[in-house]
Order: sequence, then C-alpha cells, then structure tokens
Amino acid sequence: MKFDTIIIGGGLSGLIAGIELSRKGQKCMIVSAGQSALHFFSGSLELCGLEDEPAKAMEQLPQSHPYRKIGLDTALTLAERVKPLFAEVGVNFKGNAERNHWRITPLGVLKRAWLTLDEYASVPSDGLMPWKKVALLNIDGFLDFHTSYIAAGLAERGVECVVKGISMPELERLRHNPTEMRSTNIAKTLTGELIGKLAARINEYAKDVDAVLMPAVVGLAGNADVVRLKEKVDRPLHFLATLPPSVPGIRLQMMLKRHFQKLGGVYMLGDTVREGVFEGDRLAGIMTVNHGDTCFKADNFILASGSFFSKGLVSDINGVREPVFGLDVDSLDERPQWYRKDMFEAQPYMSFGVATDVGFHPSRNGQPVENLYATGSVLSNCHPMKEGSGAGVAILTALHVADTILKNQ
Amino acid sequence: MSKDQHTNPESTFEQCMKCTVCTVYCPVVAVNPDYPGPKQAGPDGERYRLKDPLFYDEALDLCLNCKRCEVACPSNVKIGDIIQAARLKYSTKKPKLRDYILANTDIMGGLATTMAPVVNFTLGLSPVKAVMDGVLGVDHHRTFPKYAGQKFETWFKRHAASKQAEFDKKVSYFHGCYANYNYPKLAKDLVKILNAAGYGVNLLEKEKCCGVALISNGFKDQAQSQAELNLSSIRKAVGRGEPVLTTSSTCTFTMRDEYEHILGLDNSDVRDSIMLATKFLYTLIDEGRISLAFKEDYKKRIAYHTPCHMEKLGWAIYSTSLLRMIPGVDFLMLDSQCCGIAGTYGFKKEHYQDSQKIGESLFRQIQDSNVDLVATDCETCKWQIEMSAGVTVENPISIIADALDVEATIKLNR
Repeated sequence: MKFDTIIIGGGLSGLIAGIELSRKGQKCMIVSAGQSALHFFSGSLELCGLEDEPAKAMEQLPQSHPYRKIGLDTALTLAERVKPLFAEVGVNFKGNAERNHWRITPLGVLKRAWLTLDEYASVPSDGLMPWKKVALLNIDGFLDFHTSYIAAGLAERGVECVVKGISMPELERLRHNPTEMRSTNIAKTLTGELIGKLAARINEYAKDVDAVLMPAVVGLAGNADVVRLKEKVDRPLHFLATLPPSVPGIRLQMMLKRHFQKLGGVYMLGDTVREGVFEGDRLAGIMTVNHGDTCFKADNFILASGSFFSKGLVSDINGVREPVFGLDVDSLDERPQWYRKDMFEAQPYMSFGVATDVGFHPSRNGQPVENLYATGSVLSNCHPMKEGSGAGVAILTALHVADTILKNQ
Repeated sequence: MSKDQHTNPESTFEQCMKCTVCTVYCPVVAVNPDYPGPKQAGPDGERYRLKDPLFYDEALDLCLNCKRCEVACPSNVKIGDIIQAARLKYSTKKPKLRDYILANTDIMGGLATTMAPVVNFTLGLSPVKAVMDGVLGVDHHRTFPKYAGQKFETWFKRHAASKQAEFDKKVSYFHGCYANYNYPKLAKDLVKILNAAGYGVNLLEKEKCCGVALISNGFKDQAQSQAELNLSSIRKAVGRGEPVLTTSSTCTFTMRDEYEHILGLDNSDVRDSIMLATKFLYTLIDEGRISLAFKEDYKKRIAYHTPCHMEKLGWAIYSTSLLRMIPGVDFLMLDSQCCGIAGTYGFKKEHYQDSQKIGESLFRQIQDSNVDLVATDCETCKWQIEMSAGVTVENPISIIADALDVEATIKLNR
C-alpha cells in the first residue's frame, strides 16, 4: 500500500502534520500505538513560557533547540497559523503569540500560556484577576478536582471563592464505583437534556458572584453541550483543568482525527511499527505488528512518536533508545547524570531525544535518512517543562516539516 | 519491540502506568457503573489476584472482550487478555445450560440445519421466546439468526468441490459456523469471487468452531481441543502453500491472537497465513496480480461498521478499500464503536439492556445516514444492527460478489 507521507504517531504533532499535508492534497497515513498524551491536556498550549513575551523568551534557548532549527522568525510566523487551523477543526482558542497570558493549574497556581481553550478560565497578561468573587463548584464524589487548592491559590490573589458541591440523582449512580467516577464518565452522563438540569443547579450558587468556575467535565463528544451550558448559566461560566483524563483533550484528539480523516487521511490506531525497510539512505517502507508481511510505502515519513510516555523513547539499563528505527539519540551515557536530586530543577532526561540535523532529519549510525523527519516531543534539546514549550514544539515542528515536504515534492 | 511484548499478557501488566486512558474507551463502564472498568479489572486487579484468588470479582463477567481498551492503551498492556485469562482461571461460577447452548455453535448448528424450517419457526414463536427467557435466560427481545436448510459444506461437496481442481492457484477457506449453518450464501459468494479471479478454493481437512464463544463462556478445555484440531488442519493447508482465508473478523482474531494469548497454543508458524478474504483480495489487487470488474448498474449507498475485533486487527482498511473500488458505491465510514452484542454476550438476559445502550449512538448514526446497506465483517454485529437499526447488513464479500461482473472478471484474470 503506497502513500505520499506516512506519519508514525497520532498525537498532537502527528495529527497537525497529517492535516497540513492532507489539506494540500497529499495521501497520508498515521500509525498510532495507542492513544496520545492529549488525554492529559491542560486546556492550554504553551509556546515559550520563560518570559512574558514568547519572542524574547525564545532568544534564551540554545542553538540546538528545535525552535532555533526552524529559525525564530519562521517559528513565530508559523505560530500565527495555529489558531485559524484549530478553528477550522472546530476548536476555538484565545490568546496570542505576542504576549503570554496565564492559565490556572489544578493546584491553583498560575502558569504562562500561549493559547487557552475559549471555555476555560484564564488570567490576562497583566496578571490582574478578572474576578472579585467566584463560585467554585465541584461534582460531589469527583476525586480528580481539588477545590481547596484552587480556592487557596485564588484567595492569595484576592479572589473570594464560594466552594459548593453539586449532586444530581443521575450522577449518584456513578458513585457506586468511585474508581471509575472519572471526568470522562461524568461527561458521558452530563449530556443532552441533563445540561438544562445541571445549569439549574449551578444557578442556585451563581447569584452574587462575578463568575462560576467548575471542572472540565462537560463536552466529550463535541462543543454543543459546552455552548448550551454556558448559555443557560446566569453568570459567566469557565472551566478549570481536572486531573487526567482530560475531557477537552480527548475531544481535541477526536476532532483532529476526524478532520484528518475527512481530508482523506488513514488513521490506524493500536498498531505498532515493527521495523523500517531501508534502501541506502532512504526509508522505503514500514512493517507493522497488525499487518504482518504487508509493507506500507511512502515518499516521506515523519516520526512523531512522542517521548517516554508514548514510548517514542525507551530507557533501559543500557541507555536511551529510539525503538522504532533505532535512530541516533542525544542522551547522557552515565545514568546518574540523567537526574537532578531536586525534583523541581530541570531534569536532564527530559531533554533527551532523537538527534536531528537543521532540516529535522534523524540519522542511523551517523548517516542522515533523507526522507525521514522527526517532530514533536521525540526531538532532543528541548525542555518542555522548564521552558513551557511542549505544545509549541509539537505543533511548529510539524507545520515546518509539512512545509518542507510540500516545497520539495 | 520484542515479540514477547505482543504475545504474552503476563509480561505486560507491569507496563501499566495507571493513566486511565483505557477506561475512557470502555463501552461497558460508560453504561454500567457496576463494572469495575478495564484498569481495575485488568492490571490493577491482577496484582490482588496474584496475592489471593479470593480478590477475583465476578463483575468481570460484564467485560464483553471488545479489546478496545487494548487498542487505546499507550503502554501496550494486554488489558483485555488479562481480564479474559482471569475469568477462565478464577471464576467459580459454573457455566449454565444456556451458556453451553450459546457456546456450542457447532453442535447446535449441526442439529438445527437438519431440521431448519422447524427450528426457525419454533425459535420465532413468542411462547418459545418466553420460555427461553424465563427458563434459560436468553433475552426474549433477541431475534435468532435463521438456520439454513443445507450446510455450506454439503453444498460445496455436491456442487463446487470438483470444479476447484481446474485452478492452479489455490487457497483454503475456514468458513466458520455462521457461513456453514446460517448463511451459506456468504461462503458461496467468496467461492464465486475467488474462482472468477482465478483461484481455486479448498476446505480445511477438518474444521470446528474457532471457539470464541467457548472461551467467553468458560469452556476452556473444549476451546483448546477445538483450537488444536483447527491448527492442525490449517498447518496442512499452509504446508501445501495455501493461505487460510476467512470471512468473519472474530474467527480470524480468535485464531490469530486468542489461541496464543488465552489458550496458550503456539500458532506463530501459521499466524500470518490466517487472514480475512478482504485482506487477501486487496493485497492481490494492490500488487496488480488480479483485477475485479464490476457491474455498471450496481448503485448503492453503503456505510461500513468496524467490528471491535476488526478494530483490534487493524484491518478495516482492506474491507473499506475494496468497497470503495466498486464504482457505484457511495461510501460512508461510521464512527468506530461497539455495537453492544459481543457474540453471545447480548443474548443473555442479564446483559440485554447494557448491550442495547452501548450500541444506541451507532444505531442512531445509521438511521440518520440514509443508507441502503451497512457493511461489516462480523456476523453478530450484523444481527445486532439489523435488529436494532432496521437496516440490512451484509459482509463486504457478499457486496463485492453482488456487484461483480463475473464474466468480465474471468476474462481479466485469464
């Protein structure tokens, strides 16, 4: 079976690359070994969070950083394409690349963000809290949302929180099984006509507050339930991130995937690439676990297989490996060098990844593979946590590589 | 990736990092909170069960073995296998008479086809349904698949076997229970397509039910002996250079994966040779080794439903690519989700409500899509969708056979 481009990895980076290539007429296939890290999505995307202005923050990054390989000017131009691209998929974000705003973490702390989902609570760039008094609601029995942390965090910034729990008979059923009372199962229940009932319950506490904040447990299948709930609640309603799984992250994953498929893309979930078929310096095809002796061929390949969580990188007693093709990896040889004792310091292992040239070509045994590219968190020399750059690197490298492939075709 | 990580469920449970992604995609936990969910029932529960089998929770019976948890898992944990293995190992519930009847598709099929008109008539009577519901626990809402008057095997021996010698190139066919006892047309359709494309068809020397229903109803020993018999026949066919084709995604998945993962049988020598006929046909066409010609006047709007085990196999692309090759087909891909029947699961009175609730959004999507036909590679999905969405469902092989211009295809492949 022959494609123009085959992408290994079906998360944020792989899907963005797939969508960009498909909308320009390429025949693409994505192979994904299980679901992606978007299931842990905070509701916000980060570009570079080291300073208020991403452009300035990016100047602090080393020459080997993926943004530097793209070129900072080009990277910022690519960033302008992201909001419209998501809007086309059906997901609306607020924010811009000129100046970071602040997102509110599940622990009630503010962190810099580039784009935040429209329906989420956020704090403007100047850091001034937009509310004096809010109703902070949770669903009774839901253990993945901790109002006391958030209320304490907001109180420190002068926001008074009225903390309330919501019960509904339909949700009580879920409490039979506390380990499964997860955001997604609540969202599967809180849909359709229950949205009206939920709004009525929320309005009981929304009388004399500036806004209502609640966990993101609505809108798994699409935006419709979110829109309806916001309409029916008397005060401005904003969502806050829960602990995983992330309802808006799963919706984003689903909508990106659907959009990719609508553009003609083939998405293979739950399959693992066993090996690459190399011809000289080129990758000719891939073999997968599910498809036995069928070889999937393409002109170009993108490795967007993620970091350690998604098994794009694997570590064992002998070191760090890239398990799909055995590509060269940037890492440190001595295991004690991988970690710092202070957990809050930048951990060296987080910057490990596939070594690439400036064109994002990985190499095998020192030899670059000319029609293979790597994008997203499998790349080396990026500190997503410290820099606040994970989503930006995933998206911008994907767009950049897609542009390169289209230019060379 | 080492092979062991894909075959041995016990080696994978330590890989679970508790990310809960599997529970998001479990169709059961979404409709029935009494089910502990795949993470709890699988890797988490396994830790306790290894300490003491008393920790086994009979609620694991609610798992419908769709394997959607495994498809979703980012860490390659064989969650579904762990749950199935635990049910067989620890459950102290004895299978009921009803389970024996539902699981023994071969024995029942053999008896029923000999007196099909009587059986079909009787199973359709409401007093009979009421008795089956009350006494056996088979839900009275269910429509039983009709039995054919003549088994496919009998038809093949009388009308098709001798003709197969004319072909140089040969394949073997594992027809399974459904094509043999209930719907021989499917099997005849496959013979028609393959013969037109220049391939002769052999049956296996001996064939028993693949055993999927035996496994899910707790009859492990019987499943094992049937699997061994099938594997020995399959080995003989593969030894003659013939791939073993199938027309049911569940039989295929069972023989390729469950034989090894659940029954502990080594099938690695023949696993790659067991494949759905749609994969075989698509590959030959893709490689330019055969061509199919279709009737000009065939016009249908067709939606494809991905059965759970097809999703696990990852092979929907072959069936859908073939359907898209038919010029007169207006094709629609349905969202991949469980239809709720899961083989014998949805026939059981205690599961009927959950079964229908699981499939609800699928039935709605089908009813809203204004299609002539739904295509799917699984017979039990067919029964469920026909009963619940009121649309005719056909195997892609039957659709291809109906749309095929046989004479033109024979000429193309001469």
